[in-house]
Amino acid sequence: MADQHCDCVLFCKLKQGDKARVVGVHGESPLACRLQEMGLVTGTELTVEKVAPLGDPVEISFRGQSLCVRKNEADFLEVERIATLS
Amino acid sequence: MSAEPIHVAFVGNPNAGKTSLFNALTGSNQRVGNYPGVTVEKVSARIEHSGVRLECHDVPGLYSSNAVSEDELVAWNAIQGPPAPDVLVYVLDITNLERHLFFFTQLAETRPRLVVALTMTDALAKTGAKYNRDTLAQLLGVPVVPVIAHKGAGVKELLDAIVEVSQAETGDNGVPLNLSTAQRYEYSGEVRKEVIVPAPKPATSTTKKIDRILTHRVFGLIIFVGIMYLLFQSIYTLAGPVQGWIEDFFGWLGGKVGGWTEGNPMLQSLLVDGLIAGIGGALVFLPQIVILFALIAALEGSGYLARAAFLMDKLLGWCGLSGRAFVPLLSSFACAIPGVMAARVMPDPKSRLATILVAPLMSCSARLPVYILLIGAIIQPQFGSGWAGFTLFAMHLLGLLVAIPVVLVLNRGVLKGKRLPFVLELPRYQWPKLRDVWISMYSRAKVFVTTAGTVIVAMSILIWATTYFPRSEGRQAEWRAEYAQQAPAFREAVSEENFLAERTAENSYLGQFGRAIEPAFRPLGFDWRLSTAIVAAFPAREVVVSSMGIIFSQGAEQDEESADLRRTMQEARWPDGRKLFTPTTAVGFMVFFALCCQCMSTLAAVKRETNGWKWPAFMFFYMTALAYLGAWIVQLVG
Repeated sequence: MADQHCDCVLFCKLKQGDKARVVGVHGESPLACRLQEMGLVTGTELTVEKVAPLGDPVEISFRGQSLCVRKNEADFLEVERIATLS
Repeated sequence: MSAEPIHVAFVGNPNAGKTSLFNALTGSNQRVGNYPGVTVEKVSARIEHSGVRLECHDVPGLYSSNAVSEDELVAWNAIQGPPAPDVLVYVLDITNLERHLFFFTQLAETRPRLVVALTMTDALAKTGAKYNRDTLAQLLGVPVVPVIAHKGAGVKELLDAIVEVSQAETGDNGVPLNLSTAQRYEYSGEVRKEVIVPAPKPATSTTKKIDRILTHRVFGLIIFVGIMYLLFQSIYTLAGPVQGWIEDFFGWLGGKVGGWTEGNPMLQSLLVDGLIAGIGGALVFLPQIVILFALIAALEGSGYLARAAFLMDKLLGWCGLSGRAFVPLLSSFACAIPGVMAARVMPDPKSRLATILVAPLMSCSARLPVYILLIGAIIQPQFGSGWAGFTLFAMHLLGLLVAIPVVLVLNRGVLKGKRLPFVLELPRYQWPKLRDVWISMYSRAKVFVTTAGTVIVAMSILIWATTYFPRSEGRQAEWRAEYAQQAPAFREAVSEENFLAERTAENSYLGQFGRAIEPAFRPLGFDWRLSTAIVAAFPAREVVVSSMGIIFSQGAEQDEESADLRRTMQEARWPDGRKLFTPTTAVGFMVFFALCCQCMSTLAAVKRETNGWKWPAFMFFYMTALAYLGAWIVQLVG
């Protein structure tokens, strides 16, 4: 799925501290609809704030809000990594 | 002044502060939480402002016009009507302007009469950012009123705006029509840029700093377990002295009333052993219930509950629930009925039903009396207060642990359909508002006292009657004679009063019934008195302590010194002289109550939430079977 110009990955590949931009929303699952309604549309920048102690869910922040989603359930999101917290 | 009141609906995203505002405006006492989904039903209140009558409706939160879960459907129907409200108050969190504007643009499309109430302006100011109210009002084309609900700031201006808008011809506004989701966010992004002046140097927010510890992969979990442990320990330790006063008061009252009714033994027994003992036995647990509700409300108000759901989602998800089930389940520790109702916030019908079915396994406050009584009578004197607190904690943990395999089995075999995904908002941390904690505590305590005042009193009198009758002087004389023929060693150990009392209870209607079913409970180590108490507790388990009081202290009117239920229980024996309450039996009895479905009100709530008798019936049978099994295992192992 990755092309030459961007570091496109699926959502679950993101690590704690990563910043990413949404490049595509695939599928029309209820969660895909809900997250888009909450502002996770193509072009939105998000930060992976925290991974829960048991590995899932993850806390992401975008447009000034914090949400928790499960990694595998948010895989309809194709994102482009902008920055990594090393 | 018009004859018809103006209907005003408070709408907006979940956790925007609608209920706080609603309470501040109407002086009403709705429960508030720093957690999305606290309001699950539409609530209404009437007020009057400058001669105009307003009927205000507090509506559950919505993210969009696309309602998914039950509570969202309730909300959407309340907004759409019929009858549609005359004025919509859109409650908008200024710190989350873009997302809150999204639903606003959808609502504004049909051009209703709108007023925007801006919340969290104080939180925005704290971050160093500024906003321009006039620009916002101009861009949206509707009145914008900043409010700080708990201080009452802006409330009058908001009411003025509502009245003014309600008299306007149309609900014109400046929001563009027919946008796609992406376009709506483009629009709200532009509005934000114009309205908000960001802080020059954005500092790390306090919430983020707190979360570094509270959701930390190691400390987060330790703190979580610690908080839950403290919660239950404090219920046990803080309430003690107050309970002593309540006990003393009812003891004193019983003595007084007993003195006044000296001439009429039946009336005396009815008032002292039935009524006063029944009410006192229920009210003595009020301190604990109040403390539990206050602590849960404080956790909820602080924003920690959402973090708990975040921490617990993996664990709950593993057995087929979700982190969202955490709040319904935690509420069920107070009472299963609000817990069952809170499951409405779960968008997915399958995990919602699973949550409803296991919610009554959580140890509700009505079980607390049973634990406290048995722990106080049997565990504490033998093992000390450290173990007493631990036992209380373990009893609360038991339901949670049993719920896991139950959900696994339910998801494998009984429930059909697939799971829906999980989205959870993490609200900002804030100090719990005293008023909100008070409201939550007060409203729940009131429900408990009302139940105590009706169901428990009625049942206490019924149980008193079935233990008092049949009564004949002839039989009493017979037993007295029987006692006189006993060996001196036996008479040393058992007083005549207690011997007579036990014989009377044993031969009463309730005793006869209890003895008839005793064989079924014998494998669990329960005698006729305990099986009687269990049967009497099926309609409402709150009754059990008062019924045990009546069953165990039949001798009260003969001997005022020995009225203490705990001591009577410690000294209760099988006919062959073995102690009735070994620690094993006490634990088995508590386990039975922990797992059993002894609450008609819960079953009625489940019937209402699942539209039929199928699931309540299922719940009743599976829980009763579990209770029997659990107590039996304790007896085998112990």
